[in-house]
Amino acid sequence: MDYTGENIMKTKNNKVVAYNKWGYIFLIPFFVIFFIFQLIPLVNTIYNSFFENYKIGLSQVGPRFVGLGNYVELITKGHLLKYAGNTMIMWLIGFIPQIFISLLLAAWFTDPSLRLKGQRFFKTVIYLPNLIMAAAFSMLFFTLFASGKTAPVNSILLHLNLIKEPIKFFTSVACTRGLVGTMNFLMWFGNTTILLMAGMMGIDQSLFEAAEVDGATSTQIFFKITLPLLRPILVYVLITSLIGGLQMFDVPQILTDGKGGPVESTMTMIMELNVHLYSKNLGLGGALSVILFIVTGILSFLVYKMTMKGQEE
Amino acid sequence: MKKGLKKALSVALAAGMIVPMAACGSKGGSTSGKSSSKGKVLNIQCWNEEFSNRLADHYPGFKANDPKKPSKGGKIGDVEVKFTITPSDDNAYQNNLDEILPNNEKASADKKVDIFLVEADYAKKYINAETPVTEKISDLGITDDDLKDQYQYTKDVVTDAKGDLRGVSWQGCPGLLIYNRQAAKDTWGTDDPAAVQEHVKDWDTFKASAAELQSKGYFATSTVNDTYRVFSNNVTKPWVSSDNKIQIDDNLMKWVDMSKEMVDAKQCTTDALWSDEWNKGFYPDGKVFSYFGPAWLVNFSMKQDDEKSIAYNGGWGMCQGPQGFYWGGTWICAAKGTDNADLVKDIMLKLTCDKDIMLDIVKKDSDFVNNQPAMEEAKTNDEYAFKVLGGQNPLPMFCESAKSIDLSKMGDYDQGCNESFQNCMKDYFDGNATKDEALDKFYKDVAKKYPNLSK
Repeated sequence: MDYTGENIMKTKNNKVVAYNKWGYIFLIPFFVIFFIFQLIPLVNTIYNSFFENYKIGLSQVGPRFVGLGNYVELITKGHLLKYAGNTMIMWLIGFIPQIFISLLLAAWFTDPSLRLKGQRFFKTVIYLPNLIMAAAFSMLFFTLFASGKTAPVNSILLHLNLIKEPIKFFTSVACTRGLVGTMNFLMWFGNTTILLMAGMMGIDQSLFEAAEVDGATSTQIFFKITLPLLRPILVYVLITSLIGGLQMFDVPQILTDGKGGPVESTMTMIMELNVHLYSKNLGLGGALSVILFIVTGILSFLVYKMTMKGQEE
Repeated sequence: MKKGLKKALSVALAAGMIVPMAACGSKGGSTSGKSSSKGKVLNIQCWNEEFSNRLADHYPGFKANDPKKPSKGGKIGDVEVKFTITPSDDNAYQNNLDEILPNNEKASADKKVDIFLVEADYAKKYINAETPVTEKISDLGITDDDLKDQYQYTKDVVTDAKGDLRGVSWQGCPGLLIYNRQAAKDTWGTDDPAAVQEHVKDWDTFKASAAELQSKGYFATSTVNDTYRVFSNNVTKPWVSSDNKIQIDDNLMKWVDMSKEMVDAKQCTTDALWSDEWNKGFYPDGKVFSYFGPAWLVNFSMKQDDEKSIAYNGGWGMCQGPQGFYWGGTWICAAKGTDNADLVKDIMLKLTCDKDIMLDIVKKDSDFVNNQPAMEEAKTNDEYAFKVLGGQNPLPMFCESAKSIDLSKMGDYDQGCNESFQNCMKDYFDGNATKDEALDKFYKDVAKKYPNLSK
């Protein structure tokens, strides 16, 4: 008995080892690409952030080691906190309506009792804005909301006699931020809906049936069953959206012509990074990237914790 | 079958590796030795199609591959001409030059840049570079005598700190006030340039006239940025002092104050130059009285091909305006490391020193050329009158304006400073920031662009 048992174990082990080998081989391409295009630049960025290193015209200044000088300069001299605030405000303007609409749509789409027709069609349509390049989408809004009398939105409002003078949308802080938020909302609510739907469909149907049998209303079902069980997915959506929000760049960049106006109210952190490209300032740019990296890293760690916790249970 | 395929593949692969190697070898052989004026390809870096059109229209011996679109390249003798067009937007053109010029001497023969074009705003950056990226004009064999007819200011722009000339231009870009004849008639009952000049002779009068124009429903200028260059060309100190401190000239603050008053009074907008809102004044419905600009602005930018435009109907006039200024201009530079020096020299001589060719440019393109005797001749000749100006010949005024251009306050940082200044002041004009806040932001922005500068 003992002998045969050992034998079986051995063959099993051998098989595992053999499979492992292939696993590693298949992983090589990923690691090579990760190493060359992500790890090396990452280490390089951190290294560069400790140097004064930029160009004036065609002449190079530095590199000269300045320790944490770049970080100190960014935090004391720059408007980094203001830009972080801008980023967060614009993210919230987009995220709050996004999560509400997405929850509503996902609940409708997954509710079998509603028997919605043309689900496929609508799922495609709400996802479509995400397929348009953010830059093109931004350019479209820039043209729609231009300040002239003949610009589309202004001319509609003028013809409806809602306004007397054309509105200059891009000179108003609220309008510009609002537009950035709206665009992010339009681009991402489809994606979020699909994620939430996946979460909702993963909930055991018998729970819904049981609730119905017990006479719960659909509102009660939503708040007492769907939402609590959806929590892990909701947290995942929240954090990934937050990380995406931190890296907001293309929409406000194109909409404000890279200026982040009015009065820097739509200047995001990545746009600030882009400004340092003008003088090819690797030091300050590197320091800014490292700060962003750390913040994103912390957030990613939280997501990891959340998802792992779900699995343990 | 399988074996055959394998064989064929391996032969193909081997051939694929050997052929380019052989090609490399032969190339290396032909260009080794002296690298002077024997290149097979003339590489030209530019930001729009202007230069390719000039070359096709006025350089004898240039044969375009596609006569309708000379920017696709062509031939001069047995030398192939290649244009690389990188738009100026977002600094892309300069970023491209910054990348390739410092390594130009090491580049392979057919990739070597021979000619690149620069604008006045950033010319100093390329001619003052510590390790030169341009050839001296004298090294190409062009003498002072060849250049004697050019306007002095066009030489000042491209003279480096040591006094060596490093570029030449076929254009002069003195600016004038371009006015809407209909607006002048509606407001003052006349569109005669001399009479209109009386209403815009200095800035105080200009501002008073702005109110009169407004009462007739006209904007004085399209945007605040239209008048900017007139002020920034007439400063008394450069943007940056010799000890790298940013300084704002009083004349620019005058522009800020005047512009703020005009914006508050709704006599102009705060939109950007080249925007759709700025363009609206090119049509009668835009109700804009004036633009400030040189010859190329009227001919090149004001939609004269569109039959609804004011320019198409010859509805613009020109007068001196409150102050003299210049705007733009294109300079031809020979890139350090060029392997076509003789051809580059010839192009420079033909396009910027040959009076007959230059008069042709005036006639065909209504450009103001960089040749004093040619312009003196053209200014009295009605043959050179501008169609867009309803038959007015503005050349005498341009000649006058060209003489007064002073570039002694020009520096290496002008472009970045001018852009930031206009951009930051917009917040003040729109009422989103106070003047001090706007100025404060300006200093910060410039320090980001040029980390070696401070307030």
